[in-house]
Amino acid sequence: MQAVVLAAVVPTTTYYLVLSAALFGIGATGLLVRRNPLIMFMCIELMLNAVNVTFVALAVRFGNIDGQTAVFFVLVVAAAEVVVGLGIIISILRRRPGATADDLAELKG
Amino acid sequence: MLDVIWLIPAFPLAGFLLILLFGRRLGEPKSGYLASAMVLASFVVSVGAYFDLLSMDSHERAHIETLFSWVPVSSLQIDMAFLADPLSITMCLFVTGIGFLIHLFAVGYMHGDPNFSKFFLYLNLFVLSMTILVLGENLLVTFLGWEGVGTCSYLLISFWHQRESAATAGKKAFVTNRVGDWGFMLAMFLGFEAVGSVSYHALNGAAEAGSLATSTATGIALLLFVGAVGKSAQLPLYIWLPDAMEGPTPVSALIHAATMVTAGVFLMTRMNPMLAAAAPEASTIIAVVGALTALFAATIAVAQTDIKKVLAYSTVSQLGYMFLAVGSGAFVAAIFHMVTHAFFKALMFLGSGSVIHGMHHEQDMRKMGALRKLMPITAATFIVGWLAIAGVPPFAGFWSKDEILLFALAKGGTWGPILYVVGLVTAVLTAFYMTRQVIMVFFGEAKWESHANAAEAPEGEDEMTHGAHGEFKPHESPPIMLFPLVVLAGLAAVGGLIQLPAFGFIPDGWQHKLEHWLEPVVEAGEAHIAGTSAYDNKELLALLAIACALIGIGVAVAIYAKKLVKPVEPQLLADGWKYDSGVSAFMGGPGRKAFEAIAWFDKNVVDGAVHGVAKLVGGAGGQIRKTQTGNVRNYAGIVGVGVVLLLAWFVIGRGVL
Amino acid sequence: MLAQDDFFLAPGIEWFHLGPVIALVSGALVLLVVGALTPRWPRGLYAYVTALTAAVAGGLAVFNWNDITDDGVSTLVGGALAFDTFAQMITITVCAATLLVALVTDDELRRAGKDGPEVYALFLIAATGAVVMGSANDLILLFLGLETLSLALYVLAASDRERPTSQEAGIKYFVLGGFASAFFLYGIALIYGGTQSTNIGEIIGSFQTSVLLDGKDTLVLAGIALLIVGLGFKVAAVPFHMWTPDVYQGAPTNVTAFMASVGKAGAFAAMLRVLVIALPFHRDDWRPAIWVLAVLSLVIGSVLAVVQTDVKRMLAYSSISHAGFILVGVEAAGHNAGELAPGDGMPSVLTYLLLYSVLTVGSFAVVSLVARNNGGDTSLDAFKGLAQRRPTIALALTVFLLAQAGVPLTSGFIAKWGVIQAAVEEESYAIAIIAMVAAVVAAFLYLRIMVSTWLETGAESTEREAVPFSTGVAVFSAAAFTLLIGVWPGWLLDAAESVTTYAK
Repeated sequence: MQAVVLAAVVPTTTYYLVLSAALFGIGATGLLVRRNPLIMFMCIELMLNAVNVTFVALAVRFGNIDGQTAVFFVLVVAAAEVVVGLGIIISILRRRPGATADDLAELKG
Repeated sequence: MLDVIWLIPAFPLAGFLLILLFGRRLGEPKSGYLASAMVLASFVVSVGAYFDLLSMDSHERAHIETLFSWVPVSSLQIDMAFLADPLSITMCLFVTGIGFLIHLFAVGYMHGDPNFSKFFLYLNLFVLSMTILVLGENLLVTFLGWEGVGTCSYLLISFWHQRESAATAGKKAFVTNRVGDWGFMLAMFLGFEAVGSVSYHALNGAAEAGSLATSTATGIALLLFVGAVGKSAQLPLYIWLPDAMEGPTPVSALIHAATMVTAGVFLMTRMNPMLAAAAPEASTIIAVVGALTALFAATIAVAQTDIKKVLAYSTVSQLGYMFLAVGSGAFVAAIFHMVTHAFFKALMFLGSGSVIHGMHHEQDMRKMGALRKLMPITAATFIVGWLAIAGVPPFAGFWSKDEILLFALAKGGTWGPILYVVGLVTAVLTAFYMTRQVIMVFFGEAKWESHANAAEAPEGEDEMTHGAHGEFKPHESPPIMLFPLVVLAGLAAVGGLIQLPAFGFIPDGWQHKLEHWLEPVVEAGEAHIAGTSAYDNKELLALLAIACALIGIGVAVAIYAKKLVKPVEPQLLADGWKYDSGVSAFMGGPGRKAFEAIAWFDKNVVDGAVHGVAKLVGGAGGQIRKTQTGNVRNYAGIVGVGVVLLLAWFVIGRGVL
Repeated sequence: MLAQDDFFLAPGIEWFHLGPVIALVSGALVLLVVGALTPRWPRGLYAYVTALTAAVAGGLAVFNWNDITDDGVSTLVGGALAFDTFAQMITITVCAATLLVALVTDDELRRAGKDGPEVYALFLIAATGAVVMGSANDLILLFLGLETLSLALYVLAASDRERPTSQEAGIKYFVLGGFASAFFLYGIALIYGGTQSTNIGEIIGSFQTSVLLDGKDTLVLAGIALLIVGLGFKVAAVPFHMWTPDVYQGAPTNVTAFMASVGKAGAFAAMLRVLVIALPFHRDDWRPAIWVLAVLSLVIGSVLAVVQTDVKRMLAYSSISHAGFILVGVEAAGHNAGELAPGDGMPSVLTYLLLYSVLTVGSFAVVSLVARNNGGDTSLDAFKGLAQRRPTIALALTVFLLAQAGVPLTSGFIAKWGVIQAAVEEESYAIAIIAMVAAVVAAFLYLRIMVSTWLETGAESTEREAVPFSTGVAVFSAAAFTLLIGVWPGWLLDAAESVTTYAK
């Protein structure tokens, strides 16, 4: 009986889209609420990868490769972003160990 | 000369460049003479152009000289071109002519100023911009000059920027003028959109041919009027002009009396076919604003004690007359009054400059008095100016003011008589406050004595040497300052000749000269008043105007001059005091209160409005600024809000609904 | 044998048409590789190589322009890049700005003893990104261009390691930029979901053939919203502008000049590609959004600029208000997006971008001169008495400020006239009026700087600003260009007007 119910839940593209949207939302929320620059940075990566899920799901649904190629490029971009982001964050942390995003507010007004 | 019409702006440009490059080497007074010579050269070219035009058939008197194609894009063709026609040449003649005299005066007045060359640099730049403004063949070229004169005005008002008030005044002038520019630009865009061109020829041609919708023409006319209101200091944007008196006096005479402030009147006259094609309400609005400004400013002038502030408010008031003329379809009268006003107001400003110079930069009239003996030429010329502005025939001001009033009455309808009465009341007030000023400055007791070192009381004219510091002895100004005064006094006396009315006793050949000259420019917009009852009774109306002037003068003499006769006729003086106290019971009580209230209103409410806008911007800025916390997470939050709002608009606003 | 496989035809590569991009990338590689392997080059050589590269790339774009006028538009590399005059115009703008910035940077770096190839290489890489954004015919490629530009800019903003504010600017820009890019990418994914393609030509095609969508497909609409978020962030439109003042102030001045010119040009080019060229069928959906962004940017940019006391920050807010002006042009272009007879919106935006880029580099170049003389101080006080110390520089600054205020006979007037006229032509009167009011308010800001420069006297001890040769050349040529266009704008407007057909 239970097995039948489970079998009835065939994941459709929409499922993946919702999953992706949820991941994206988690990433966005994380960026808003966390103070550690490294975690904020990871949240951005999460958002990018959430979009990748959308691309792949849609590509499978449409049966064309546009979405899947997009994922490759996004991965490259994300990697480049890691390099740049970590570089900047480390150079700041070296100067001010333990600094959070909220501490960096000298420029304002 | 018409082919080289570009020489008119070219000479001041050359002067500007030469002083820019060699100003410091030339020094005082050579750079002043150079600047004056350049303006004189422009004047000579203008005179040449005048005779050229005169030799042409009256309806062919328009010559367009294209220098280069400025914006030559398919849909947008704008030439850098100058238009020489009776109107622009009239303007050029008096701009360069009076400009030359004021340059000469300034050579004396600015003597010893550390920035002597810079002053003439700006003055030449101003003449350059002003001639571009009046010669422009299209709205854009005029706008270029329009911005240029505004910038020069700003630079010259804050010329003595060490004074805090001068810097503030400069800013105020800049900001209010920008509001006006905004109207000008919108008018330009609207005109371009409707006609596909910004040249006067095309715009006015379309208006005359009736191919413009009335609403479009009204829009253009009113927007241009907004521009004119800013530049010509009308209600409610007049506030910058009285403050502009912080600038050196020659600047007040040249820019804030004779030329720049009349640019609005010039513009309306230039576009008179547009005004004729607009709804009649547009003209009425202009006339009402003009009349209100005239009356309002005149009442303020009554309560002023600064010699230049009186003249400043008087200028606002006289500009109001010109707009009353424009709104009544009396374009010729507007230009006529502009010219005569330029004569007598420049004269009086320069005269006041001479007084200020002689009084060692004292501007308070309460500390003056009895200066006519020490400054005889200044006093005599000032008195000519006074008679002209007060409207005493045969001085110039009488003729032009009378013609404006005649057109206002002839406008008819509900507004005609009201405007006429307002104009008459203003005339009485004008005569009153000008008489008051003349008495306070040149007659009565020498009140400056009590302010000077007691030992340094002047003995007489024989001791008119420039005293060392600490001494206080008013003295007559040097000849280079007196020469312009005498010339302008002559012009103020006989300026009316250029447009005498059709009174019975005036020979035919002498009548309406300016009207015939300007006819090709204004024929579309000029009101035709022959046959109206006002026109038939014009001699009578003139008598009424004279009576008003005399009443104003008489009241002022009674109030301010009676004490003069105290030592000779004590009894009369007592009467005078009684009369005076009677009047001052009114003037000191409700009357004075009323004038002071208006002055207070001006100072606090109207000024306050400008400061208020500035404060509003500052305050709003300060509040919004607080959102810029410097915290990156807050920024991300605001981006997030933007995301939600945009998504909501697209998904709900455009998608679901 | 893959080469003979019928299913896969390698796209032809039109090497010469790709010239500008290739030139920029090679320049960057030469600087990086050769620069890393050789000892320090003689003084100024890094900057001159950069300037030369930019000049060559710009020159190639001019050749391309001629080819396009002769042969018409086409797409390159299998439909990935658009080859049209629009792309070339943006390329020329980017290259001109890069050239000027390189000249300014030379003195800035050598004075600080930090001369080296890295910064210049990053400039060229960022410029490549901007050029790709202007010519991308595929949303993914557009995203790559955007990221190439942004990543280089993050590093550049943080490149002054001695000033904590520079690092703060870098991290702020990075975090917010990454955030916005993620939204942009999600927007692309959703558009892909609605149209089954990321290629702009195919996207348009899918709307043309699709009856079902009827312009009300929620996926596409949400995608447009997110694309506008990403683009709005890059162009610094309110409310996505929050990073601008902080980053502009904190970054080294030459980098700020680069961001304000190249960054803005690339971002607006992408915005026009996406909205006007790719999404004309939804023009009635996105136009109101752009309208609101434009009005907010105009008002908030002008108002906040007036209350600032730091000149770099003032210019940052003024750049927001300029973005508002350009958005006015975008809004006007939206009225007849996708029609055969395009209005004046598109040319007016392109003109504005070119003129503003030169202007803003010139302004920031003067700021960098003054700042260097005052130990990095860019407050209004530092500008006091500049006219007495350096009249020519003060005159040039005045020209730039007057132009930013839109005074006639300067290029700024031509730019503002263009966008407002385009708006009036489309009968968007309200936005034209708001733009002019904002210009009135903003005029006060430029006035404040001019008053400090000309009318106030600085401290006695202030030394005269040193004006190094290459910065002098940059400032002078920018000022000359500003005045030249003010007097003789015809040729430029003609060129912009000819940008009517787009490859897709």
